[in-house]
Amino acid sequence: MTYASGEAEVRAVDHLSLDIQRGEFVAVMGVSGSGKSTLMNIIGCLDPPTSGTYLLDDVAVSQLDRRQLAILRNEKIGFVFQSFNLLARTSALENVELPLHYSEAVLPRRERLARATAVLTRTGLAGRLNHRPSQLSGGQQQRVAIARALINNPEVLLADEPTGNLDTRTSADVMGLFQSLNDAGITVVMVTHELDIAAYAKRMLVMRDGRVVDDRLNDRRTVASEEQARLQHAMTNAMLDERDADAH
Amino acid sequence: MPTSGSRWRRHGLIVITAVRALRRNALRSLLTALGIIIGVAAVIGMVAIGNGARASIEESVSALGQNVLTIFSGSNRNNGISMGTGGTANLTLGDYRALGSEVPGVVALSPEISATAQAIANGRNWSTTVAGVAPDYTGIRDWKLTAGAMFDEHDVNSASKVALLGPKVAHELFGPLNPVGQSVRVRNIPFVVIGLLESKGSGFGGGDQDDRILIPYSTAMRRLTGERYFRSLTIRVISAEAMDSTQSQITTLLRQRHRVQSAEDDDFMILNQKEIADTMSTVTGSITLLLAAIASMSLVVGGIGIMNIMLVSIKERTREIGIRIALGARPGDIRLQFLLEAVALSLAGGLIGLALGVAISTTVGALSSLKPVVTGSSVALAFGVSVLIGVFFGSYPATRAAKLDPIDALRYE
Repeated sequence: MTYASGEAEVRAVDHLSLDIQRGEFVAVMGVSGSGKSTLMNIIGCLDPPTSGTYLLDDVAVSQLDRRQLAILRNEKIGFVFQSFNLLARTSALENVELPLHYSEAVLPRRERLARATAVLTRTGLAGRLNHRPSQLSGGQQQRVAIARALINNPEVLLADEPTGNLDTRTSADVMGLFQSLNDAGITVVMVTHELDIAAYAKRMLVMRDGRVVDDRLNDRRTVASEEQARLQHAMTNAMLDERDADAH
Repeated sequence: MPTSGSRWRRHGLIVITAVRALRRNALRSLLTALGIIIGVAAVIGMVAIGNGARASIEESVSALGQNVLTIFSGSNRNNGISMGTGGTANLTLGDYRALGSEVPGVVALSPEISATAQAIANGRNWSTTVAGVAPDYTGIRDWKLTAGAMFDEHDVNSASKVALLGPKVAHELFGPLNPVGQSVRVRNIPFVVIGLLESKGSGFGGGDQDDRILIPYSTAMRRLTGERYFRSLTIRVISAEAMDSTQSQITTLLRQRHRVQSAEDDDFMILNQKEIADTMSTVTGSITLLLAAIASMSLVVGGIGIMNIMLVSIKERTREIGIRIALGARPGDIRLQFLLEAVALSLAGGLIGLALGVAISTTVGALSSLKPVVTGSSVALAFGVSVLIGVFFGSYPATRAAKLDPIDALRYE
């Protein structure tokens, strides 16, 4: 498929053919301008391709109008952004509940809140339901965003640089969440330019000039729990070294 | 297919979202709605005051009596120079008698001749208007008596020195005492008080109708003024339908009697109470309409203010809109959200304006003799107009929000 942006027909994605199966965990890598964001926008049904075909769960997305795209995003895509994109001055619970406002059949309030509470519990925020984004840490905000992405049981969890604003430890936590969600059967597609983040995925794609130049299974996958233990160990050692240095 | 319950829920959520956004920016919302508030308050107030003015004019016109014609002497031209109404007194006793006997539509009539005089009684004195009239006068003017009785034809024929006092005169001279049977000296002529008039308030065109003394016209002519002419003749016509034909019969008769040539203007003037009422009513109506039109300009300005703030608000909330679209809000949902914000703004403005307008009307009513009337139709109009303004001026910003590209909107800082 092809995607041309603007009048000058810049081909952001060109002759790209990609097949992602249910249950995969794909990391898309590439330098900026490589077309990975455009690929994400196409997969996320935010922007249909100019030419070519994109089938999401056997639905031809390129044929759809804005309204139908909105319904598709609501039901089948869960977005996680680098900058979290939570509504300010709105509680975690209400942020997570938001996609349910736009469902084809809107549930009663009680059921919406019950579902929002359930996904927030799943992402480890059971105790932060009524906190606003400004009262939460970056990692917690990203967990709210992930809960929001999960609330409609999407086909795909689509993450655009999900750890871009997080420190190493929190990044490992978020990746651990992604891995456990993926283990539970959720398809994850994640754009990142950090190799150590991509290493959590099962499959790694590298893009350049709008094409996929490398596509391989990740046989040396980072396991989040091991990485967390390693980070914890490293930190403990660093603290011990510091204490020894002070003792001398 | 979604059930109707879920559709209501969907729209209900959009309403809540819109209202919350307005509450979040309460001060800005209030300032934005101010244009509508002032506009609606002005329209409601103007129309209420206009209606009140019309009602009070109609009331004072009908205080002249039902189906009443008043003929004023004068208004004749002398070598092309108008002498004005009352310039020359030329209505005679003969005219009075002829009108009573020759014009069939006339059921009651009375001449009127008046003078200002000092009345003395009970050791006090008071300057007032003394009017010489016929026994029919109080009947024509629907003027009730609180005590005593009107004089009769016999009193007129014998030029009796009897008088009826207006409540103001009675109060000034006798205080709370009943004046009937007492004596009043007018220009040093002793009159016997035979009746007390009911209060009628200030008259049409000013003047306190309560501040006067009625005596037989014959007595007034002979003993007070010495004139042989009347200032005016007041006539009650048999029915409202007969007003115009009776008026033209009177005109014909008086022109004959005064020997007015066919090319000349009348040397008298007839005031038709119904015509006055209609004219005054039309004038007040036009003024009310004009004021309401000026006031509604403020509604348009208010609407533009709403549109302006909605455009700013959409710019500020571009990212929020992007998030909502990404999460599955359809263009229709976004459009509805912002349209509802605009409508809620102008509707809230309309309701506050309505309350303010009613408050203004009530205040005016309390501070003046005018009784403003807030009609249901003006309330409904204010309500409808503010919704329409919200829809009209909210449509463009809402459509712009709905057309935002989610990718650009999510990137917007």
